[in-house]
Amino acid sequence: MTVQTTRRNFLRGGAATAAVLIIGSRPDGAVAAASGDKAMFNPFVKIDAEGTVTAIIKHFEKGQGPATGLSTLIAEEIGLRMDQIEYEFAPSNPKIYNNLAFGPFQGTGGSTAMANSYQQYRTAGAAAREMLIIAAAQSWGVEASTLSIEEGMVTGAEQSAPLGEFVAAASSLEAPAAPRLKDPSEFRLIGNAEVRRVDSVIKGNGTAQFAMDVHLPNQMVAMIARPEQRGGLVRSFDDNGSKEVMGYINAATLPNNAGVAVYAETTWAAMQARDALEVEWDLDAAEARSSDEIHSEIMAALEAEPQYNVSKTDLAATQSAIGDAAQVVEQAFYFPLLAHAPMEPLNCTIEATADGGVILHDGAQMPTGPHFALSQILGLPMEKIQINTMLAGGSFGRRATPDADYQTEAALAFSMTDRSRPVKLVWSREDDLRSGYYRPAFGHKVRVGLDADGAIVGWEHRIAGQSVIKGTPFEAMIVHEGIDHSSVEGTADTAYDIPNGFFGLTDTPKATTTLWWRSVGHTHTAFVMEVMMDMAAKAAGQDPIEYRLGYLTGGTKDQQRLAAVLKLAAEKAGWGNVAEGRAQGIAVHKSFGSYVAEVVEISGNADSGVKIENVTCVVDCGLPVNPDVIKAQMEGGIGYGIGHVMRDQITLTGGAVDQYNFPDYEPLRISDIAAIDVHIVPSAEAPTGVGEPGVPPAAPALANAIAAASAELRVSAMPMVENCVDFV
Amino acid sequence: MTISLNLNGKTHDVDAEPGTPLLWVIRDELKMTGTKFGCGVASCGACTVHVDGEPVRSCQTYIEDVGESEITTIEAMSDTEIGAAVQQAWVELDVVQCGYCQSGQIMSAVGLLTENPKPSVEDIDNYMYGNACRCATYQRIRAGVQRASEILEA
Repeated sequence: MTVQTTRRNFLRGGAATAAVLIIGSRPDGAVAAASGDKAMFNPFVKIDAEGTVTAIIKHFEKGQGPATGLSTLIAEEIGLRMDQIEYEFAPSNPKIYNNLAFGPFQGTGGSTAMANSYQQYRTAGAAAREMLIIAAAQSWGVEASTLSIEEGMVTGAEQSAPLGEFVAAASSLEAPAAPRLKDPSEFRLIGNAEVRRVDSVIKGNGTAQFAMDVHLPNQMVAMIARPEQRGGLVRSFDDNGSKEVMGYINAATLPNNAGVAVYAETTWAAMQARDALEVEWDLDAAEARSSDEIHSEIMAALEAEPQYNVSKTDLAATQSAIGDAAQVVEQAFYFPLLAHAPMEPLNCTIEATADGGVILHDGAQMPTGPHFALSQILGLPMEKIQINTMLAGGSFGRRATPDADYQTEAALAFSMTDRSRPVKLVWSREDDLRSGYYRPAFGHKVRVGLDADGAIVGWEHRIAGQSVIKGTPFEAMIVHEGIDHSSVEGTADTAYDIPNGFFGLTDTPKATTTLWWRSVGHTHTAFVMEVMMDMAAKAAGQDPIEYRLGYLTGGTKDQQRLAAVLKLAAEKAGWGNVAEGRAQGIAVHKSFGSYVAEVVEISGNADSGVKIENVTCVVDCGLPVNPDVIKAQMEGGIGYGIGHVMRDQITLTGGAVDQYNFPDYEPLRISDIAAIDVHIVPSAEAPTGVGEPGVPPAAPALANAIAAASAELRVSAMPMVENCVDFV
Repeated sequence: MTISLNLNGKTHDVDAEPGTPLLWVIRDELKMTGTKFGCGVASCGACTVHVDGEPVRSCQTYIEDVGESEITTIEAMSDTEIGAAVQQAWVELDVVQCGYCQSGQIMSAVGLLTENPKPSVEDIDNYMYGNACRCATYQRIRAGVQRASEILEA
């Protein structure tokens, strides 16, 4: 007889019961447990009778690492090795799995996954540990305080047994209201750079399942024919050509007339049948403007008095101070529309269940949104809808549409069928780039007055662009006194002690459908703030780092942490000691609670061609839960920030997007950045964001390096390749 | 029409029209989902498979052109010495983020190491140029190829 020694068997206890221990912490901090398949209250930890521990992950995994990070918190507090914990994604239930930063809404975004889960998941793990220990103490007749759990074994002075042996008894105990969390000195996994990702193996051998990989029995694939101009409506269609395609099933106009759903047996058949479909569109209400008009509108808005006084300061006083300045540094900036272009084209699948409900299979970033949308469209109560959150092939914000756009399309396509066959909605890359939601275009105009010593005496800063948030359910949370905070974050709230600062915002009319894009407003505000600081430093004849440090001396925590990352970045990058033909640029920015400084070192210049030789990054994101995941997020954020300013933009002609696929929206490639070196500041502060904060300083640091190498050429309109900068 | 495919050492009879990309036969007919759809125009490399040992973009490889060739997908990579080394290196360095492009990255990396066991950084950048990663895991891809080369040399 062969005995298998899998880790499940290792953890298996003696009791062959069917008990399952589910533990979690309520939003109010209390803890509850439920056993068996009874109503489960707020479960973050599941332990079955075999002793298998499963972390229930409330944030979706798009590569940023919450499956690893949240599993680590549970494993740490219970006392497990990382190979003794499994994970699964939480079902859609905003009462239990809400993002604590979002209110009663389940979703991932704003780089909050670790920040809002750190105490919650540790508490859940600690409660499990205490209950298992109490059960073991009762079983052995010893004091609970003499027991601990290490590597899945409950251990005392005399005995040791796998924790699985105590699951049945523990599940009948009352959960502790305030379990003791481990002291950081006891951490073995949190902060340990050797802890590996939990999803590396499956993502390297082809077994990882993304929503695109769903193949349900008898499923249909639906693709949507959409108008070239957003807002166009279907007048009529002719599917005679589609009928020639093997595997074509049918086509039907969506109930909202926004497009035609083309149903086929396979993805390829759906693509061909959609290509063969002829649709007549009603474009009366469709977008018709071009990017040139949008650009002109934004730049004109910068010349008028701003609609909103963001800094609540006196514009006249600022202008007066600048009027008296010894010299004025002035620059206008323009940032175009950008697409998110996650690697996995958008898709999701809806299938009917035997009880008259449905399951949505989706790389769901904000499950509450599609949950509600499906309920409305399919006429089902919320409890009849399940969401199976799957691995997501990137997002960068694209999957977090407030209107649940692609899930709504899938629900509409499903609603038009007899619901007997699952419907998989698939977007092509062209759909993604041309029918997408974009980082809005923004313009800035800044005037900085300097005195005879080069010190700032006034800073007038105007911002104009389309609000992402207005008109969405997030308006109440993010828009205050008319100001969409996501349009201006990182400017008026700067940590620099700027005298006579004025920051104003003008909303420009809707140009197209816009959406938050990795690091949101910071994508343009950090660029402008950090390029202007660089220009001011150069005008003052001072070192850019020393100059910045001079405005961070007020003693606030923000200033201290920004100054610290600046200094460390300077040290790690060998600031000022570059080889002949090389140049450096620096930028520093706080976003999503984290402080990041980046130094970009280049060779060449704007004329001869710029080569990015190295990026040095220093991040202070509080206590680093998984240092290697943090480094990876900084590496990725730097690539995302730099890749887009180098050569990407979405443009419109007569309302239609000009770009079709990656050749027109060229991604960052492996040869674009020769090296990235990330350093993490040790910290005991609460963990803050890492998914987005690496992005904002990267582009301005590159721009500042290019200026240093190129006779102070200030590239101020993006993408750089369209504005006098060549890359090699 | 019925076509016989030699894929991962087995023969599969599939029903597909001429002009059907190999990608969609692998994914939708054979339901092997490790090979990914990313762009459909051979610009991202997510669909990379090997045909007679050479990496090709399966979204632009038509089923009627494959003939008797040996097709290998990510699902069979662990059975090869180089494939296993690359996968080991990828796990050691935690190369992946979202992971959607990584099957294609690994298929290209295996192609590179097959023809060039000790590639320079420039060799890696040139060979891997066509494999896009929107998460920008490129630093680790580069290091992963170098680590796999070390593993193979040992």
